[in-house]
Order: sequence, then C-alpha cells, then structure tokens
Amino acid sequence: MRSDHSVIASMVPVGSRVLDLGCGDGTLLAELIHRGANGLGMEITDDGVVTCLQRGVPVLQADIDEGLGDLEDDSFDIVILSLTLQAVHHPALVLGEMARVAPRSIVSFPNFAHWRLRTQLAVSGRMPVSPLLPYAWHETPNIRLCSIKDFEALAHAEGFTVEQRVLLDVSGDVSGAAARRVPNLFAAGAVYLLER
Amino acid sequence: MGATGHEPRSLGLVETQRVVLFTEDNPLVLDSGETLAPVEVAFETYGERVPDDSNVVVICHALTGDANAAGHHGDPARPGWWDTLIGPGKPVDTDRVFVVSANLLGGCQGTTGPSSINPATGAPYGLRFPLFTVPDLVKVQRALLAHLKIERVLAAVGGSLGGMQVLQWALDYPDDIAHGIVVCATARLSAQNIAFSAVARAAIMNDPDFQDGDYYGAGKGPDHGLTVARMMAHITYLSEESMRQKFGRRIQDRDEPRFELGVDFQVESYLQHQGKAFLDRFDANSYLYLTRVMDYFDPFADAEYVRARLAATKTKFLVLSFDTDWRFDTSHSRDIVRTLTAHRVPVTFREISSPHGHDSFLLDVPEYHRTVAAYVARALEEAQH
Repeated sequence: MRSDHSVIASMVPVGSRVLDLGCGDGTLLAELIHRGANGLGMEITDDGVVTCLQRGVPVLQADIDEGLGDLEDDSFDIVILSLTLQAVHHPALVLGEMARVAPRSIVSFPNFAHWRLRTQLAVSGRMPVSPLLPYAWHETPNIRLCSIKDFEALAHAEGFTVEQRVLLDVSGDVSGAAARRVPNLFAAGAVYLLER
Repeated sequence: MGATGHEPRSLGLVETQRVVLFTEDNPLVLDSGETLAPVEVAFETYGERVPDDSNVVVICHALTGDANAAGHHGDPARPGWWDTLIGPGKPVDTDRVFVVSANLLGGCQGTTGPSSINPATGAPYGLRFPLFTVPDLVKVQRALLAHLKIERVLAAVGGSLGGMQVLQWALDYPDDIAHGIVVCATARLSAQNIAFSAVARAAIMNDPDFQDGDYYGAGKGPDHGLTVARMMAHITYLSEESMRQKFGRRIQDRDEPRFELGVDFQVESYLQHQGKAFLDRFDANSYLYLTRVMDYFDPFADAEYVRARLAATKTKFLVLSFDTDWRFDTSHSRDIVRTLTAHRVPVTFREISSPHGHDSFLLDVPEYHRTVAAYVARALEEAQH
C-alpha cells in the first residue's frame, strides 16, 4: 500500500460513507471498501473507470471540475482528494463542493515550495521535476501547483479548519523532524484532514 | 472480444417457448386492483444454468422488443434484437451465464396482450384489456422465474423501457437482483417524452380504421396511424449526427430532386420503410398500452417508499447513457444515479460517447460493450466467491 494511502486510510473511520474524487484505478477505494467503508469513486478517464469496475469499486465517470451535481448535500461522511488538487482547473470550486457533500474532507498534494524544487528552479532555471511531480512542464496534468502555505490559506478562506496534518517526504512516507519544524521548506507533500 | 477472451459467435438457432403463468384460479392481480387471466408468456433461454443458479441473467426488452433477444429463428441474417450484446464470447457471455428473455406483458409477440383472446367474450381484448404498470411487468417477469425455479438473479439487464423494469424490480423486490444494468433509461418521462407518446397515440386512435381498438379480423386496422407513430418514434431513436451521416439531404434513387410532395429525400424513404415494416410485427393496441406504461412510470415519486426500499436493496447498479441520446438524454440517467447514490446504493455510471443516439444501446459501440463485459465478468467473479 502506498504510504500516503496508509495515512489517508488511517483518517477514515471504519464504516464511513466515503467519496474519492479522481480515484484513478480505484486502488485506495478498494482498500477502504475492504476495510468496511461504503465507497464511491469519481474518475474522468475511461481506463480508470473500467479498472475500477473490474475491481468491483463503484465509480461515477465525471469531471470534478464541473462540480458534484450528481451528489446530494451531506450524502457522505468523508470526501478524499488524493494528489488530485494540483490537476483540477477550479480548486476553490472543488473544495466548496467537497464541503457541501460531506462534513469532513481529506486533501493530499505535493508541496511546490519544497527545498529541492526551489533549488532545481534556482540552480538550473528549469521547471522542477520530482517523484511526486514527474512530468515535464509541457505535458504535465499538474496545472495548479501550490505550497503548504498557499493551501492552508485557501482552505481557511473556504471555511475549513485543519483537524490533522501529516507531512510527507519525497518518497511519500511520513516525514521527519526537519519538516515538522519548517513544513513549507522541508515537507515534499502533505495530507490534511479538514472539517468544514 | 468478450469477457472470456474468445471470439464472439452467434448463438445460432434458438426457439421461443410459451408457458401459462396465471390462470383463472390464480390470476395476475394488477397494480390497479383488476385481475387478468390467463396470462401466457413467451420466453427464450440461452446458455447453461450452473447448479446453484448463480449465473442467471434476465434480459428486459424495450417498447417494441420480443423474447428473441439473441440467436435467430431460422434466418441468420435476422438475429435477435440484442444479438450484438448477448452470445458466446459477447459481453453477456452465454458460455458463462444463463440468459432468460421474455416478451413483456401487454406485448404482441407471444405474451398475453390486447390482441389476445378475452375468455369472457371469446374475442380479442382490444381496449378492454386492463391498464397496467411497470410494477405489473415486473410481477410477470418474476412469475416466469418462479416457474423456472429461479430465486435469485445475478443480473437484470435492460435498455430504455427494459432499464425502467430493472429499476422498478430492484425497488420492489430488494432481494432478487445482485446487479441491475440500466442502459439509456429514465426514472420519469419528461413533458417532451410524454408529448411524443401523445402524438403517437393520437395518430393511431384518430386513424379511421382504428374502430375503437376492435380492428382484429376486420380486414383493416389503423395501419396509417401505427406507421406514423413508428416513423416519429424512429426519429427520436436516432441523433441529428447519425441522420446527417446516414442520409444527409440525399435524394432517393437519383441525384436531382423530383420537386414533388411524395417521398423524395432518402430520409423520408427510410422512415416510411421503417413504419411499414413495423406493421408486420406490431399491434397498434399494444403500442397504445405500452407507451402509456412508460408515461406513468415514476418509481421515485414516493420518497418514503424509495428510502425504505433502497436501504434494504441488495442490488448494485451499472447505469449507462449515450451522449447523443435525446430520447432519454444523460440527465435522465443522472437523476437515477443521484437518487441511488443519495441512498448509499453502489452505482457505477458512465456516459458513453456514440454518434447513434438512443439506438446506441442496440449497437456494437466498443466502449459500451467493454464496460458491460467487464461489469458482468466481475459480477460472475463475486458470485463465485
């Protein structure tokens, strides 16, 4: 299991009604369902959706940038946006929709202010590439890169309070003391448990 | 390629069977409280039942379908209406599942309907046939399964009115169906949908040869009306795109327009052919009753009933729509998805891209077939564990 997935799974109470936005091939949801969650995914790609249904993971094919119009208010206990925030066109709209359909949200994203990315840009003068952001600038789906400070400001503006924050290192594992001291510089990514 | 990875084939020659499911002593009690007997049902089965009956798939047909969903009755060039989807190596793979396909109540292809003999008079029912509903269609489907000694269904599959039956079935009998596959269906016709139904019925009922529905044996019936109804319905089954591709503004049998009021454009000729061909296989009274069944369908109307039933249902759903379908456009499927999801029912939904409009559900649309094949294969896996 991917370690950021372990972090997310630990934030989801057993038996929850869970929505995973941009669920990809359904790996995380399949694990959560295995642990007793009632799960639903939302995914835009054809292959992702078909892999989900081969796994028995319920999934709605939809573009989350168009909102979550198929879902009623408060119809979930918790919504997950795992390494997807940076790829949506309208992050504020998506966060607002998450708050509408569930009282709690989990958001994970790569921190664009991580020191390695800062160094890459400063030294080479080229757009940074990392394990969490592996694409060249001209082909990346990651169009809304943000730092930990940026995200916390947006989450606050959208009316969320941070219930829990777990910082990740470059390999996606829970990061060490340096990151806890200066997260925006030393954490490669973060997982937030938010309450609206 | 089908779920098992082998080349798709035809079922070949298949036969329709008939069985009387309701008798004078044990009549069908309709939603309206009226009773109906006898009720005979025409059905076909394909594939082999496994000992625990865990591989049963029920096919529910649309407005003008019949029991012959796949395979043929002697002419391989005229296969059943869903032969693209059902057969060995096809998405509903008859090498792995046992398929039951019946003509629905009120139809005219072997199951009791308005053209059947009314035992009270010795003459065809005509408009004396009682009005019935989608829940009544489901009761008859279930009676057939009881006759076949089948208690649980792996999947019930239907497009359009067929999908509406699947939805109603899962609501009314939450233990029956493990998987409901609902394709380009609706939970409620729109005003526009009902308007089209109304014009179709008006065409039939205003035909001077309609004779209040007692046209059987009269030598002439509402052929003009039924032809017009079918022509109009057919327009709603195609998309603007597919009509443009298929016909454009081309002239029938020549290059220059004839400049006359008769049939000149290819699209006119095509519709007229569709309308006329329909007369050979369909009864005008059945058309009246079955379109009415669709108009009144509203399974989500009673929120309390829906809440209770969906809390109890064991059915998981695959809901599919097509992007060029304007008969029941994607918003209809999304309404179904919204209600099911709100009640925590497991649903998978896709809007499939296809140029063929509502008719797409009958055609070999690769992404659609890939989805159904994967879903049915997974359902079989779950059932075997």
